[in-house]
Amino acid sequence: MPDSNGAVRVGVYVCHCGSNIAGIVDCKAVAEYAAGLAHVVVSRDYKYMCSEPGQELIRTDIQEHQLNRIVVASCSPHLHEHTFRVATANGGLNPYFMAMVNIREQDSWVHTDKAAATHKAKDLVSASVRRVVLQRPLDKARVSIDPNVLVVGGGIAGIHAALTLANAGKHVYLVEREATIGGHMAMFDKTFPTLDCAACILTPKMSSVKAHPNITLWTYSDVENVAGYVGNYKVRVRRRTRYIHEDLCVGCQECVEACVFKVPKVNDEFNQGLGKRRPIYLPFPQAIPQTPVIDRETCIEFKTGKCKKTCVEACADRHAIDFKLEDKLEEIQVGTIILATGFQTFDAKRIPYYGYGHYPNVYTALEIERLVNASGPTSGEVVLRDGKTVPKSIGIIHCVGSRDENTNRWCSRVCCMYSLKLAHLLKEQTGAEIFNFYIDVRTPGKGFEEFYQRLLVEGVHFIRGKVAEVTDWVFDPSEEGMLTLRVEDTLLGVVRRIPVDMVVLSTGLEGRHDAQEVRRLFNITCASEGFFQERHPKLAPVSTFTDGIFLAGCCQGPKDIPDTVAQAGAAAAEALALICAGYVEQEPNAAYVIAEDCSGCKNCIPLCPYSAITFTVDKRAEVNPVLCKGCGTCVAACPSGSLQQRMFEDDELFAEIEGVLVHA
Amino acid sequence: MNMKFPRTMKFQREAEPLWSEQVLKFPGCERVSSCIQCGTCSGTCPLSIYMDYTPRKVIGLIREGFREDALSCRTIWLCASCYSCAVLCPQKIHITDVMYHLKQEAIKDNLFPRRFPIPVLAKEFFKIVLSRGRSAEVPLVLRMALKSNPFILFTMMRSGWNLFRAGRISLKGDRIKGVAELRAALSAVKEANGA
Amino acid sequence: MPEKPGYLYFPGCSLRATGVAYEESLLELFRMLDIPLHELNDWNCCGATSYMSVDEGSAFVLSARNLSIAGGMEAPDLMAPCSACYLALRKTQDYVSHYPETARIVEEGLKAAGLKPLNGVRVRHPLEILYNDIGLAKIKALTVRKWQGGKIACYYGCQAVRPYDEVDRPHDPMRMDQLMNAVGVETVDYSLKTKCCGGTLTGTIHDVGVRLNYILLKEAVRKGAQAIVTICPLCQFNLDAYQAEVAKESGEVFDVPILYFTQVLGWALGGNLKSLGLKRSIGGRGLVRKWFTENREVLANA
Repeated sequence: MPDSNGAVRVGVYVCHCGSNIAGIVDCKAVAEYAAGLAHVVVSRDYKYMCSEPGQELIRTDIQEHQLNRIVVASCSPHLHEHTFRVATANGGLNPYFMAMVNIREQDSWVHTDKAAATHKAKDLVSASVRRVVLQRPLDKARVSIDPNVLVVGGGIAGIHAALTLANAGKHVYLVEREATIGGHMAMFDKTFPTLDCAACILTPKMSSVKAHPNITLWTYSDVENVAGYVGNYKVRVRRRTRYIHEDLCVGCQECVEACVFKVPKVNDEFNQGLGKRRPIYLPFPQAIPQTPVIDRETCIEFKTGKCKKTCVEACADRHAIDFKLEDKLEEIQVGTIILATGFQTFDAKRIPYYGYGHYPNVYTALEIERLVNASGPTSGEVVLRDGKTVPKSIGIIHCVGSRDENTNRWCSRVCCMYSLKLAHLLKEQTGAEIFNFYIDVRTPGKGFEEFYQRLLVEGVHFIRGKVAEVTDWVFDPSEEGMLTLRVEDTLLGVVRRIPVDMVVLSTGLEGRHDAQEVRRLFNITCASEGFFQERHPKLAPVSTFTDGIFLAGCCQGPKDIPDTVAQAGAAAAEALALICAGYVEQEPNAAYVIAEDCSGCKNCIPLCPYSAITFTVDKRAEVNPVLCKGCGTCVAACPSGSLQQRMFEDDELFAEIEGVLVHA
Repeated sequence: MNMKFPRTMKFQREAEPLWSEQVLKFPGCERVSSCIQCGTCSGTCPLSIYMDYTPRKVIGLIREGFREDALSCRTIWLCASCYSCAVLCPQKIHITDVMYHLKQEAIKDNLFPRRFPIPVLAKEFFKIVLSRGRSAEVPLVLRMALKSNPFILFTMMRSGWNLFRAGRISLKGDRIKGVAELRAALSAVKEANGA
Repeated sequence: MPEKPGYLYFPGCSLRATGVAYEESLLELFRMLDIPLHELNDWNCCGATSYMSVDEGSAFVLSARNLSIAGGMEAPDLMAPCSACYLALRKTQDYVSHYPETARIVEEGLKAAGLKPLNGVRVRHPLEILYNDIGLAKIKALTVRKWQGGKIACYYGCQAVRPYDEVDRPHDPMRMDQLMNAVGVETVDYSLKTKCCGGTLTGTIHDVGVRLNYILLKEAVRKGAQAIVTICPLCQFNLDAYQAEVAKESGEVFDVPILYFTQVLGWALGGNLKSLGLKRSIGGRGLVRKWFTENREVLANA
């Protein structure tokens, strides 16, 4: 008979999950067993509890039988805890009066003995019924979301994410470490497979970033510190000084021309060291912002203090150059952060048998991009290191550093395509005989296989075999003065010696060398390969395990430009979802401190992986419920028991243990 | 033009998957299944141009279980154990150890031409060390030549004479004191292998 | 001078036969450096590549006997100048520690022979001993003879630098080059410094082996070297003893001195001319006579 004088009334639902559970566990028997437990008023078994009718069962039973606790014995909470909480709430109960028992992943899917599995299911249900009786009504906490966004990294990923968010009306801080945005894409000549000029498609977007009223662009800047939690991040940015007032400079570049170094002597990083620059320089002609930067490592004024400073003279009208300027620290508040810090290329010197750095005419792919580019160090003339010889034969070696247990295990995804692209560009420019040496030709994207066909028709040699060595050892007189590649042509089944004038190494992509420092700054994780870790490789590729921080582009894993842009859009959308909702709800499973019992031993503080515990002025521990993820480490470590965890209170856990043992 | 057209087809009945699994269990041969057939090994091997099956192909034969082809090819004997392949292999396969293992199996199963100098040398070396604990070049070369190709002695005559003049050929062989010790150890190994 | 433990010394079969010049010059060099060498008691053959071709367990046990004896002697380091011996000993240690099956077989073998179990003696090579323990600066300071020979190509061979890289790195090793430079010898950029000489193939498949050595000699000469300096007795033997055959096969004549690095260093540091095995050379005898004279110029060492 229904009892409405405050007594606990439990409803138990045992799901068959088709034959997933019912195939091993006798669900009817479990339901019958549960019916006999204390406080259980209703006990059913049903084929699919997660279905509409299944959830309806819960809702109607709550009403009809005045249930005030629900136990669902089915699959993993990861799948349907939310479903059943909602059903419980729709029935009129606090959703935290529902407990889920996993009799699938932890029972029917891992045992073959039906009798034992059924007994185990009964144990688990018995435990849960005892527990649910003690569960407290809880409410989700709400955290508001600051609508400002921080995008770290100004490559194509950061640019696209920033523009998307800015166009949606949100304010974006775009922080870039180099003196200009554009990233690696600005270094490319043409992009595959359409052979669009990289700069031509990128620079309009770069200009849009500069012009957009909703984007605050800080270049030559680093993120120094990040504090806070989703919706409420406080970030300190160091805006390094260029020694030039950005607001006064109009980008005429007369200062660069006027520099005392008439002949540039500093290694030009943008041109991969193939050219030289002055200490005052603009990284490349279409740089955004169009403000030169003075590199204090190489500028004479900083070394001796006695430079003529012809640059300052050249800027006499505007007085934009000021050697007294200092770095500026900015403190900003944002609700979400998108990391788009990009990749670095594999250091070809790590493979000594390819001769990079030993033989002059061995190049990396990025060096070639600059060489063939019209605004590169040779104005687009493909010549060898002597500056004049045009190569008549070129070998392009795929998979340098990738797919190799000795260096990087993974496939870098873009190298086959860019190797094809370089083959095409080099052939077009020089008419040389080109050999591509590959293990596989990976052309999965739209138009990629067609591009490969184009290269085959253009007469580029494709030799399946990883080059074993690049050597200047001459055996045949025709090899004199050239670099010989020794390789097994696995398709023809012969070992070949192929002399070439120029060797191009298709180096792979890897995580940036400071990935560990950066990830610690943002409290996210790196995967074993040095790229940032996404929340789920299939279903959540742009989220991280830290709420409010998203990933876009190659910092998450090697990918080409279309995928990068798509990811950047996805990250922007995820950020927008949070911002538009205005708040985020937190599962009430945080730890909390019973202040009177806390002895201030500080055991818990260093244990927290989320840095959620602080020490108050009253010398007690305090848990920030928003940062806390409910892992329970501090609760287990607390010697005084003053740290407890909601949803996992001591009495609830002991009741569960009793429930298992009493049935045994 | 040769009017004979030999037929080459490999049937699955020739494959011995159990043998393949066995090979993978030997120390050093574990990573054979990871081979991506890139060909770096054959590319770097100084002897690959003389082989009937390049090292890459031999790894392929092992994976597919073609035991007879793998054990009777010339490759394993031409291998000079220079380890270039093992050092460069992107899958870190100890190819040199694979070659050694195949040599051992071929010798055990007698799968080589009777007068092929290389396995003959290996077996004679084994016997000499077993009998005196050290190698002795003159008896070794003589026995190897007699059992494989005596004419080799004529080609090496001039070098042999030069070496003798330079005092680099010792006619008497050394013998260690602990020969019995060594023999005991080696027969224990033989038993352990049989076990 | 404090009592130095010195090194245990494993000559190997080659150093007592075709490689006798290596032993002579090595002993003379270490005598002049005042470093004691203790020959391993009753050492047995390492088995080289031949034993490994017949039976793996047997091959490891041969080295295990040597390692076991070494474990009971007066120095912690065992020096094996021959590349094949070095590799056999080193590989045995490595495989016994990584593969339980191998460890078991070796243990059975040692037990049956009444030998002590392996205890971790360090297997070393004279090239890295000179580089690491003595050092380039000291070698340079001890130089008393000025090199009067031509440019040389340093040839390392295979088994000392592969697969273990403690002696030197497998690609483009430089330690021998640096030791030669330290005593004033100019070295060439020799791309084939670790390309295989064929090992025992010169004795079995003669023309294949000879051709491998033809390639090595030809490229050294092409790069401007007048002599080749090696660290392995089998490499020295192949390059040295078959120069006549090389000429017959290729039509090109080579009369190139093939020296041990210990001969060059021993001479530069003032060693006794009769104790450096210089008369054992077959190729380039004329040049050897011309270059290795008593010439003692007191060098001003910075």
